[in-house]
Amino acid sequence: MTASSETISKPEIAKTERAQISAHYTKSNKRKIYFILFLVILMFIFAGVAATLGSYQISFTEVYSILFHCLFHSVETYEEYAVWELRLPRILLAILAGMGLGVAGTMMQGILRNPLAEPYTMGIASGAGFGAALVIILGIGTDVIGGYSRYALIASSFIFALVPACVVLAMVLYRKPTPGTLVLAGISMLYIFSALTMLIQVPANPDAVKVAQFWAVGSLERASWQDIFPISIVLACCLPLLMWKTWDINILNAGDEIAESIGINVKRTRIFVMMVSAVLTAGVVCFVGAISFVGLVSPHICRMAIGADNRFLLPASAIFGAVLLLLADTIARTVAAPLVIPIGIVTAIMGTPLFLYLILKKKGEYW
Amino acid sequence: MRLKIKAMEFGYGSVTILKDVSMELAESEVLGVVGPNGAGKSTLIRCIDRIISPQKGSILVDGGEIKKMSSTDRAKKIGYVPQGVAQVFPTTVFDTVLMGRRPHFGWWSRKEDNEKVLDMLELLHLEQFAMRGINELSGGQQQKVFIARALTQEADILLLDEPVSALDIRHQLEVLNVVRKVVKERGISVMISIHDLNLASRFSDRLLMMHNGTIFATGSSSSVFTPENIKQVYGVEANVSRHGGRNYIAPDKPVEE
Amino acid sequence: MSTSSETGTKVRLERKKVEQSYNKYIRKKIYYIILFFVIVLFIAGIAVALGCFPLSVSEVYSIIFQGPSTETLGEESVWLLRLPRILLAILVGFGLAAAGTMMQGTLKNPLASPFTLGIAAGASFGASLALYLAEGEVYGQYLLVGFAFLFALVPTLIIMLLTSFRRATPETMVLAGIAMLYLFGAFQGLVQFFSSPTTVQAAVIWGVGTLARASWSHVSVAAIVLICFIPLLMWKAWDVNILDAGDEAAESMGVNAARTRVIVMVITTLLTAGLVCFTGTIGFIGLITPHICRMFMGGDNRFLILVAGFFGAALLLSADTVGRMVIAPESLPVGILVNLIAGPMFLIMLLRKKEGYL
Repeated sequence: MTASSETISKPEIAKTERAQISAHYTKSNKRKIYFILFLVILMFIFAGVAATLGSYQISFTEVYSILFHCLFHSVETYEEYAVWELRLPRILLAILAGMGLGVAGTMMQGILRNPLAEPYTMGIASGAGFGAALVIILGIGTDVIGGYSRYALIASSFIFALVPACVVLAMVLYRKPTPGTLVLAGISMLYIFSALTMLIQVPANPDAVKVAQFWAVGSLERASWQDIFPISIVLACCLPLLMWKTWDINILNAGDEIAESIGINVKRTRIFVMMVSAVLTAGVVCFVGAISFVGLVSPHICRMAIGADNRFLLPASAIFGAVLLLLADTIARTVAAPLVIPIGIVTAIMGTPLFLYLILKKKGEYW
Repeated sequence: MRLKIKAMEFGYGSVTILKDVSMELAESEVLGVVGPNGAGKSTLIRCIDRIISPQKGSILVDGGEIKKMSSTDRAKKIGYVPQGVAQVFPTTVFDTVLMGRRPHFGWWSRKEDNEKVLDMLELLHLEQFAMRGINELSGGQQQKVFIARALTQEADILLLDEPVSALDIRHQLEVLNVVRKVVKERGISVMISIHDLNLASRFSDRLLMMHNGTIFATGSSSSVFTPENIKQVYGVEANVSRHGGRNYIAPDKPVEE
Repeated sequence: MSTSSETGTKVRLERKKVEQSYNKYIRKKIYYIILFFVIVLFIAGIAVALGCFPLSVSEVYSIIFQGPSTETLGEESVWLLRLPRILLAILVGFGLAAAGTMMQGTLKNPLASPFTLGIAAGASFGASLALYLAEGEVYGQYLLVGFAFLFALVPTLIIMLLTSFRRATPETMVLAGIAMLYLFGAFQGLVQFFSSPTTVQAAVIWGVGTLARASWSHVSVAAIVLICFIPLLMWKAWDVNILDAGDEAAESMGVNAARTRVIVMVITTLLTAGLVCFTGTIGFIGLITPHICRMFMGGDNRFLILVAGFFGAALLLSADTVGRMVIAPESLPVGILVNLIAGPMFLIMLLRKKEGYL
């Protein structure tokens, strides 16, 4: 009977289909992991190349022998100093800052459900800029940033970076604002703090204004080993916390009500992620300034490549941010050497065409 | 014939959504479009209103080719209520309905436009909501407001894409009764896509059953809703019975594949 | 029989009631327009009497009513300094707020402002370039205005080019605008990198926006810009209302959504560029005034343009007047005060508003 043969084969069809789907799903997840691995390899290659480039001529092999040497010995020669004390911290800082910004951008876009969100959406950059301008212009020390005022600068910009975020957070506690309201509040804080910055810049010494202005654009110029440790601690604390919340943020994307019904405390999740992202961003920004574009563009580009699942998107966008910043810094150092162009300028000029190309190429609504 | 479609074809890139669709819509007729999800109902409706442009075939409204009409002229002939509508900024019900007068006045509403809005609010019993924000209303009320907006366009053809799918039974009946009422009073023609076969059967003069982007069957309820057709199109075993002049379709179980 | 006629009268009464409440609702909006217009006049009346040159209120008004003359120092300070500055504040405030209203409507994004599509970044870059090229030259002022205007148009041109390849959806336009913002911001940074600190500071101050350079020629050009473009915006206001119903619904009502968006974008760009090339980019007004006005009078763009316009004019004028007074005889750039006044005001409004808004 044909009918009976059909009924026999049906579960088998089902089973093969099931296996196919499962294989397909695993494959698509594997593809995402490959993408991340590819980025990691890219990062190492860039870092390796970046270490050999610089105004001081040192050959490729020499650089690596110096690196190995310095792992176990203290710095003695001038070559060793250039590689170990100047280039290496700078490369590491680029990687760490890029990771931090990429991660914070992904989280803010996820939490606020807004493609325009970035690490600075809550006004963090303008808060930090104000803090920095305060130190530079009102002059704790001179208009040359040196020993003591360097710490004051970092501390002041870190603290003021968190002020706008705290105001926005206070709004969440006080009311239950929607993502739209939060974004508007962030923008208000941005305008208020940039006005305050202007207020102290207008009557100030022009040299100090230029320094403050370029601090705000962001630079890796002052990288040193002393910066690496605090910034890695910030990353080491914040990244796992955010990674832990990625699945919840995926669900949040389905809408507040659905998320509540699945058992997520929407308000608490939003506050938690915003707070951790703010600390992460402030921790990065107070060392390198408000480098633009990385936090906005990394999540977008990675989302176009591997989709919106935050569990994969978060690490991918972290590494992508690191790659982008590393590449930008290398270009900034070499393109007009010995002049070093502020890195924020390079990230923007590099990132824009890529971003535009992706907007145009992508069909349908990926967001 | 108000609306006449000949050999229309539509696709996105290499994927064909509608194949060789030909159909007609008469005056004062309610044409119910049924078919499973993905059969092409929404696509057909959107093609008729030129929201999307079909690659082949012709669509004639009152003998005129729709593709040659200006968008304002088209809007005077065809009204359309899409499935999901999301408004960003809050608007009142009155203003929302007034939007439907867009093809008739360029910029500022005249007294007669306001009168038309009032007529529609009355017809659909929306008077008490007139000054409320549209986002404060329930789903059924919102749907009525959107239908009112399409009706104030005073088009002869009204396209409704799943207007009752999200409504409770009372609102379903109310909305569909309103549709019947305006068809009777104003002689307009309505094309309505609908999932509930019993509602489709009861409120349509004629039915159009779609399957995989083609028209599978067309005609009266009794000729379209046969157990054989339902089985082929939906993959569902169903019983069709007759009570008091109406057909009742009772789905039984999915056909085992 | 009697019941049907009773329901008939009841229905007619209902209709009457709806009509009345709608008329009241429209009238309320018109009252708002009048109210804010009066407020603008009122503030202008006060502002003209304030200044560092000691003149009494009656002296100021007698100088104004005697007609234009610049014989005495008092007449000069009123006719050449205060009046053009006040008028420019009104015109610029009005224009930016109206442009912001329409940008928010067409892009369906509450964060949109006249500067969303990169106009400010383009203008600032042009200004920085002009300041760098003409450091200390006499023709610097003209170059500044010219470059600021021209480069303000460039981002919009690029976005128009891009949207000719892809449908002009709000998402595409906003994202492209952000890209322009960063790109021109970077170009500006590059120019400033090579500029002297004094030039950088001048560019920073230009970027905040100031009315200190107001003159009658600025006022007349700004007035022409407004007269040309505000009616065009008003003409599209109704279509923009309809866009909010969604692109498909708008198309079915005969509004070509993508084309409307591009037209409005071009009008607002010309309007904004024509104003900010004189004053610098006064950022907050175009974003915030439409929101504030929408909160208390609802969203109909035909009225909102005017209400937001007058509100913006009042806001900019009062900010500038405060800026003239706080550290007189020096004046603070108006952009700073706008942000400091409107920022907290907006935050408070956001906090007080229940969940209905956005």
